[in-house]
Amino acid sequence: MSVAKPNPHDSGPKHVSGQAIYVDDIPMPSNTVHLAFGLSERARAKITKLDLSAVRTAQGVIDVLTADDLPFANDVSPSVHDEPLLATGEVFYHGQPMFLVVADSHLNARKAARLAEVDYDDLPALLTIEDAIAADSKFEEPVIWQVGEPYDDAPHTLSGSIDIGGQEHFYLEGQAAAAIPREDDMIVHSSTQHPTEIQHKVAEALGTPFNAVRVETRRMGGGFGGKESQGNALAVACAIVARRLNRPAKMRYDRDDDMIITGKRHDFRIDYAVGFDDTGRIDSLTFDQFTRCGWAQDLSLAIADRAMLHADNAYFLPNVRITSHRLKTNTVSNTAYRGFGGPQGMLAMERVIDHIAHYLGIDPWEVRKSNFYGKGRDKTPYHQTVEDNLAPEMMAALASRSDYWARKAEIAEFNAQSPILKKGIAMTPVKFGISFTLTHLNQAGALVHVYADGSIHLNHGGTEMGQGLFTKVAQVAAEVFGQPLDAVKITATDTGKVPNTSATAASSGSDLNGMACKNACEKIRDRLVAFAAERWQVTPDAIRFTDGIVEIGDQPIPFGELTKAAYENRVQLSATGFYKTPKIEWNRRAGRGRPFFYFAYGAAATEVIIDTLTGENRILRTDILHDVGKSLNPAIDIGQIEGGYVQGAGWLTTEELVFDDKGRLRTHAPSTYKIPACADRPKIFNVALYNNENREDTIYRSKAVGEPPFMLGISAFLALSDAIASCGEAYPALNAPATAETILRTVDRVKGQPW
Amino acid sequence: MSKLHVTTTINGDSREFLCEPEDTLLDALRNTLGLTGAKEGCATGDCGACSVTVNGRLVCSCLMLAAEAEGQEIDTIEGMADHDKLHPLQKHFLEGAALQCGICTPGFLVAAKALLDKNPDPTETEIRYHLAGNLCRCTGYDKIIRAVQNAAAEMRGA
Repeated sequence: MSVAKPNPHDSGPKHVSGQAIYVDDIPMPSNTVHLAFGLSERARAKITKLDLSAVRTAQGVIDVLTADDLPFANDVSPSVHDEPLLATGEVFYHGQPMFLVVADSHLNARKAARLAEVDYDDLPALLTIEDAIAADSKFEEPVIWQVGEPYDDAPHTLSGSIDIGGQEHFYLEGQAAAAIPREDDMIVHSSTQHPTEIQHKVAEALGTPFNAVRVETRRMGGGFGGKESQGNALAVACAIVARRLNRPAKMRYDRDDDMIITGKRHDFRIDYAVGFDDTGRIDSLTFDQFTRCGWAQDLSLAIADRAMLHADNAYFLPNVRITSHRLKTNTVSNTAYRGFGGPQGMLAMERVIDHIAHYLGIDPWEVRKSNFYGKGRDKTPYHQTVEDNLAPEMMAALASRSDYWARKAEIAEFNAQSPILKKGIAMTPVKFGISFTLTHLNQAGALVHVYADGSIHLNHGGTEMGQGLFTKVAQVAAEVFGQPLDAVKITATDTGKVPNTSATAASSGSDLNGMACKNACEKIRDRLVAFAAERWQVTPDAIRFTDGIVEIGDQPIPFGELTKAAYENRVQLSATGFYKTPKIEWNRRAGRGRPFFYFAYGAAATEVIIDTLTGENRILRTDILHDVGKSLNPAIDIGQIEGGYVQGAGWLTTEELVFDDKGRLRTHAPSTYKIPACADRPKIFNVALYNNENREDTIYRSKAVGEPPFMLGISAFLALSDAIASCGEAYPALNAPATAETILRTVDRVKGQPW
Repeated sequence: MSKLHVTTTINGDSREFLCEPEDTLLDALRNTLGLTGAKEGCATGDCGACSVTVNGRLVCSCLMLAAEAEGQEIDTIEGMADHDKLHPLQKHFLEGAALQCGICTPGFLVAAKALLDKNPDPTETEIRYHLAGNLCRCTGYDKIIRAVQNAAAEMRGA
């Protein structure tokens, strides 16, 4: 058996020895040129003068391009062609690329990019959610889904609002691309989750059909959604310059440029009004979700949809209206980020539960129990039936494993005796829908060769960004052929091998590509079986591929011997595989259908401590129970869960994006933007997999794991809120991110001393 | 301006290279010497992805000029394994799944080795403190800390 084993990451030996090659590590020909963008220094303005003479004469500069120099499409948008590579006469956000510098080194290109003389005619800039609401600036009319009829005379009612900050991806490897012209073709290396889209955008920019562009991605140094569309600009810039100069071109963003230019997680404001009974059971709920999409559409509509799709989290809402406002602002174009809007929608729901519990003076766990999906209460606000409602049993199991009630009592005792330091605890569920909501994206391809010596060459449309996808898919191939994992050669994602792929996103990588790989391998195995049955005169069911050999009747044959014989008998040992997710159908405007093949579940309990004089805080203990179905690889899955939780907790605590009143991002480096570090990891961190086969027929009954654990971090946020609540009578109504400053301010407000 | 000639020792081997006065040690390692194990994560000394040791002292190679390597002993991730035999830290990072995308891994390993060279039996708090300058966006750090503890235990026993 190769699946269900904790095999190490396939690149691990290269990672630990410094031999793993990322785009910026690829040895390039000596005539390679290096690129940098000149950036707008206004959030919204007409460009009245763009004098590039000092740029052109700067040291090492070879060429400078503006929009007028682009031969074909000036567009890097992944959706509605509204995102020019280079600005055309006006700028829409601070940091927008205006011109492209080509130089003999990365440093010279960057230095020269600062030398332009630009005059701007400033126009009014819409920077905040409130600015956009006031100006009615939006990408489409509000989307409204309603089930039942929300009303305002329930036995108890509450209303409130939560601000939810954005998040920088902070993949440790910044965006990077390289293009190498070869006769009529363009070879592109890109750090991207979506090689096919890079191929399309490069082809459009070069005025060639897709078949003249080949994109290769071996690995990324982290993606998290930030490399789903944000690599387009670099790859297109490289390809245009490579064609124009007939020289290889390479571009990577410096960290500050990366943070200023590229999109982030969408920030939201979500208003709610809820009606409920004495037990906290919700009967009526309205959400108004306002999201700052930025200046271009990118993937924002689908992201806002997913925020709506997770507005229920794990709870049944009999009368609910969700209204989504997709706001257009003069800020960076926000983009995909792990969870894709889901975390924001889910956080607001968990806030509502927490608010109800505080109002009724009962434990939030009791309110959650009153509201879970269950028998006769199983329809989501988008009309999908919740078939495997695991949240209640997982939460109950976690409450027991984490000793929730005993610790709750200990915390109350601690807080009663501790005037300055206060503790808090919260336990929250995750129910996350798996499938791309754009139905046609739920397809994947694979290409498998078995060579005459029995070695296996594997390729598929998924990309490796650290999540261990390549290892998991290779385990599938090894399983089908009964071979050890090291018999399978994992190869770089390549648009020349598997075409028309979807982004590696929506947690779908192993579900889709694992199945496509299995399909290809089984075609070859079936041919081998047919050949062996005839050659050794046995029935096909007497042939087994296991433990590195092939059992043909009673006779064990080395796999390589069988493949050699098959080759010599003219059996085709190469196959393509394909998979499309069954059962799904979806109408997004109506909010009706089955957008998800299945749900992945999780539950987390977090205990924190805060200093009420400074707002400083620590996570003391985290317990997690997470559902990955029947795990393909427990080591990789637990890694995803731990990393997802810490990243989610970072989003809601220390990671604060600050834009000033000119629309400038003031937190554009790790010196000012704080992602979790070693000391932020929970002191006690218990993570367990919930043993459960996926009820749907997924790859070896496993479940997706990329995004769902991210939302376990919500428990850290609500634990902080719980600690703050112990400081006074008022509900904390904590906003995210709960930085030390925000915690201190909220503590003082709860104490009746607002500032 | 003419290039500077630098003679230094890298991973025990004597090396010579030419550099511009403003080149960082990271530039020289990656672009001139072909040692791409050290990565540029931020170029401001905040992420630790470019960690190397200079005469045994942990430094961010993005903050040190290449010319300052003159006469120094530089150790990088490429020199950590003894030919095919992985250093215990490397082995435990690999076996303990203390890596995902891998781009921070060389920096963590170099930093962790610098710690264990001075303090073979660090407490968990000391490990966290020492690795505070290395950022990882994937793992959540738990397995990294455990890998360092396990490697330290193995090295003490060896």
